[in-house]
Amino acid sequence: MLNLEDHREILNQSGLEMFQLVRKQFIKSKDAFLTHDSDLAEEVLHNENRVNGMDLKLDRECERFIALHNPVAGDLRFVLALRKINFDLERIGDHAYGISSYIIEVDTPVKQEVLDKLEFEKMYKAALSMLDDIRDAYKTGNTKKARKVFKKDKVLNKINLNSFAVISEEVQKDPKLIDQYLLLFSVIKKIERVGDLITNIGEEIIFYLEAEVLKHRKKKGPSKPGM
Amino acid sequence: MSEENSESIIESSIKRKYKLQAKDVKVWYGDFMAINNVSMDIKANKVTAFIGPSGCGKSTFLRLFNRMNDYVDDFKMGGDINIDGKDIYDKNINVELLRKQVGMVFQKPNPFPKSIFENVAYGLKIQGLKDKAFLEERVESSLKQVALWDEVKNDLNKSALALSGGQQQRLCIARTLAVEPSIILMDEPTSALDPISTAKIEELIYKLKDKYTIVIVTHNMQQASRISDNTAFFYLGELIEYDKTNKIFTNPEKKQTENYITGRFG
Repeated sequence: MLNLEDHREILNQSGLEMFQLVRKQFIKSKDAFLTHDSDLAEEVLHNENRVNGMDLKLDRECERFIALHNPVAGDLRFVLALRKINFDLERIGDHAYGISSYIIEVDTPVKQEVLDKLEFEKMYKAALSMLDDIRDAYKTGNTKKARKVFKKDKVLNKINLNSFAVISEEVQKDPKLIDQYLLLFSVIKKIERVGDLITNIGEEIIFYLEAEVLKHRKKKGPSKPGM
Repeated sequence: MSEENSESIIESSIKRKYKLQAKDVKVWYGDFMAINNVSMDIKANKVTAFIGPSGCGKSTFLRLFNRMNDYVDDFKMGGDINIDGKDIYDKNINVELLRKQVGMVFQKPNPFPKSIFENVAYGLKIQGLKDKAFLEERVESSLKQVALWDEVKNDLNKSALALSGGQQQRLCIARTLAVEPSIILMDEPTSALDPISTAKIEELIYKLKDKYTIVIVTHNMQQASRISDNTAFFYLGELIEYDKTNKIFTNPEKKQTENYITGRFG
């Protein structure tokens, strides 16, 4: 018989595995994009099946955990949060897949100066650092670390907002490159979306550890006593 | 208005707000302290669940409300138990009248070896009520309240012992309701029943709270979370946490409560 404690640990480990898998996919898609490496992009597409398989496995395990143990309080919040975290991670995996597909579809590499103007490296760096923070927050149960991602997400939002003006200017200079710029715009949108998904995970970790619902709240700092 | 008068108005308003009140209650069985300084207010028309590991004092505490512990050797208590603001351990209290007001349902269904009709009418008959039409009317309404009437209306003279366990327990609740109590105490009322009978009793408890104040001891955590408005967690004779059931089962304040409800001890 699988007791609650052991079953929860199995779920926890599966969650960590999903984090690792998606992180790898995201890093590979980033490297593939920045270096226009279609082999690496192929690898991401190939591994998408593993992400989907892990997603289904984790969902099934969460269902089984609820059915077998009728969890309450912290255990219930854990399993509810894990289901949503799993969903968000799978979506991040989808975005890594989407970016990698573009690399295979578009033959011409993007000029470094354009990448610089659009602050791609900075955007990727911020997104990856958010992903690392959130994985550590999950692994160690550290809500302080989980809260860090809300601030970092602002960097992504800012780059995303600025990108419209940069792209519009570049397209006006050379309208023949419109396809390439539209593609860049899509990639920026995807990275920005990854940031949003990571902040969702942050909210879920805080919900599970502190029983606090941050969804739809503007200020995401720790609540003061008596609030 | 004098200060004394204003105080008594506040006191009586508090008394109206709470049906049952326990203040600094301590219970000893000989040298063993079974309840240690428990205070609790219970509102009318609510279901309150007592949970905790075996031997934590929850049944002892429940039985204080109709003075069932009076029969236990070496029982001693301190503190106050009030019902509608009256001290039920006052020496002038008529214990029989108290038990008419505070009905009790036990773990195992315990019908008398009599007919279904006689079981429900028993309490009324020992009060001296003999009017046949009145008794019939009260038996019917009590059996209807527990949703047993349709199942037994043609067999009222049959022995109650011929009923199934679930039906017997509903009959025992009907027997309690027949004397029109305002409070019903239930000590693990479904622990001897199958899931279908348990669901029927739970539904019944939920319906009965419109008219009665119900206090239930249960070892079934899901049951406590399904049917009660408030939950009290007892451990080693102490009241560890008492709050809205939703709070207790989603985000309890105390670690001990969380450990118990999540099955980590007890």
